[in-house]
Amino acid sequence: MFSLEGLTNSLQQWLNAHFSSTWVLVIESLLVILLAITLFAILGLVLVLMERKVAAHMQIRLGPNRVGPMGMFQTTADTLKLIMKEGLTPDGADKFLFNLAPFVVMIVAMLLLAPIPFAQNFQIWDINIGVLFVSAVSSISVIGILMAGWASNNKYSLLGAMRSGAQIVSYELSAGLSIITIVVLTGSLQLSDIVSSQQNGWWIFKGHIPAFIAFVIFIIAVTAETNRAPFDMAEAESELTAGFHTEYSGMKFALFFLAEYINIFIVCAIGATLFLGGWMPLHIGNLEGFNHIMDYIPSSVWFFGKVFFLIFLIMWFRWTFPRLRIDQLLNLEWKYLLPISMLNLLLVTIMAIMGWHF
Amino acid sequence: MFIKEYISDIYHAVKSLLTGMKTTGGYFIRPGEIITQQYPENRADLNLSERFRGEVVMIHDENNEHACTGCTACELACPNATIKIITKFDVSPDGKKKKALDTFVYHLELCTMCNLCVEACPTDAIKMAQNFEHSVYDRSKLTKKLNQPGSKIREGVE
Repeated sequence: MFSLEGLTNSLQQWLNAHFSSTWVLVIESLLVILLAITLFAILGLVLVLMERKVAAHMQIRLGPNRVGPMGMFQTTADTLKLIMKEGLTPDGADKFLFNLAPFVVMIVAMLLLAPIPFAQNFQIWDINIGVLFVSAVSSISVIGILMAGWASNNKYSLLGAMRSGAQIVSYELSAGLSIITIVVLTGSLQLSDIVSSQQNGWWIFKGHIPAFIAFVIFIIAVTAETNRAPFDMAEAESELTAGFHTEYSGMKFALFFLAEYINIFIVCAIGATLFLGGWMPLHIGNLEGFNHIMDYIPSSVWFFGKVFFLIFLIMWFRWTFPRLRIDQLLNLEWKYLLPISMLNLLLVTIMAIMGWHF
Repeated sequence: MFIKEYISDIYHAVKSLLTGMKTTGGYFIRPGEIITQQYPENRADLNLSERFRGEVVMIHDENNEHACTGCTACELACPNATIKIITKFDVSPDGKKKKALDTFVYHLELCTMCNLCVEACPTDAIKMAQNFEHSVYDRSKLTKKLNQPGSKIREGVE
């Protein structure tokens, strides 16, 4: 049976047999870097195409369908176009920060890739505070956005960046609280532990209604954190032209664009790991035959299936819901999501102490 | 009371958002409803709306006769001087002079397809056609003469 674990193990053995331990580490690090960058490039192309196709079908259109079969090379063509374009830096801009900002946003997205378990025993870095690492590092991305907005020397950029700051700082609270509900149930911050605790059922089922409420709040909060519609205050095409990346062009713009989609992938991967069992196959109670069939599907397929399901969900409501105004956005967080998630956390804590979950 | 209102707010918000998601989700799983037309491929069987307005044409019947009296109502109705009517005087067999249409000049490049000329016409001599492939290499080709050569006014149209 195909598994990524076997692949890495045999590679490790082969490297150990041919090189000294230092070189093994160097080569493995290089391979990880290469894989991460490849994953980023592929994800960028696939997700942008997926977004455009999903959007089109929800609006009774066809979407891109001219470049390649079913329009599959449309995003590749777009990327080539962006590479060819001039990366303009405005005269009045703070040149150093202006050119640094897209890379900060990108590096944050890359760092978040480290603790995610992509498949059984296939993880870059299994630290024991994985959840904390994720929630801590994901808030650095706001610095990149503020940097871009400030350095552009443009009122729209600055307004967009300030909005994005207010938004990310607010929504991190409820995202964090809904992550904590799972930590309370699991009793561990390590992502591999959280996945293995879902061996006999995913937390969204095991945790009854409070876990489901936490899941819904998590999805809403991470949508806001990634600055996507209906919470796209930072970009706000209708009032701020393009918000914090108004002044960016060419490949620097493409990096922001790519980072948005990578961030969606990462938050959906975290959501899938915490609530939907990561790479764990779907097991139903004592149905031995059914569970056995599910075990035959490779764990990486399970993981990516769940992640893409969540991405589809986020795209679905991006193309359905109307945009919120900035005051409505903060109302939603401080008056609704935060109290609800606090109450929900209390419920989950009681549930975990009394052992009411399965 | 406040708590009750708060909860009913949340309930109604969730309900209306789910209704919206049901609509878009329904469109997503029913690709048969897609209304996009793949234009150059379906040129033979284009499905245009009945009210689509492509250009002004003059209706001619099988005897090469039209219903235009040359009254210039359309010319006056046109907001941007797209139509220019040139009239002449026909002499009837009994020696009476009568005003008639000589040339109906139509500047397609100025036309906004507003339909006001068609509505102004007292004899229904012109109508909007559905042809929209107007691109030409020379601007002068867009100035058209709508009455066909040798055509004349139909008997009985005043």
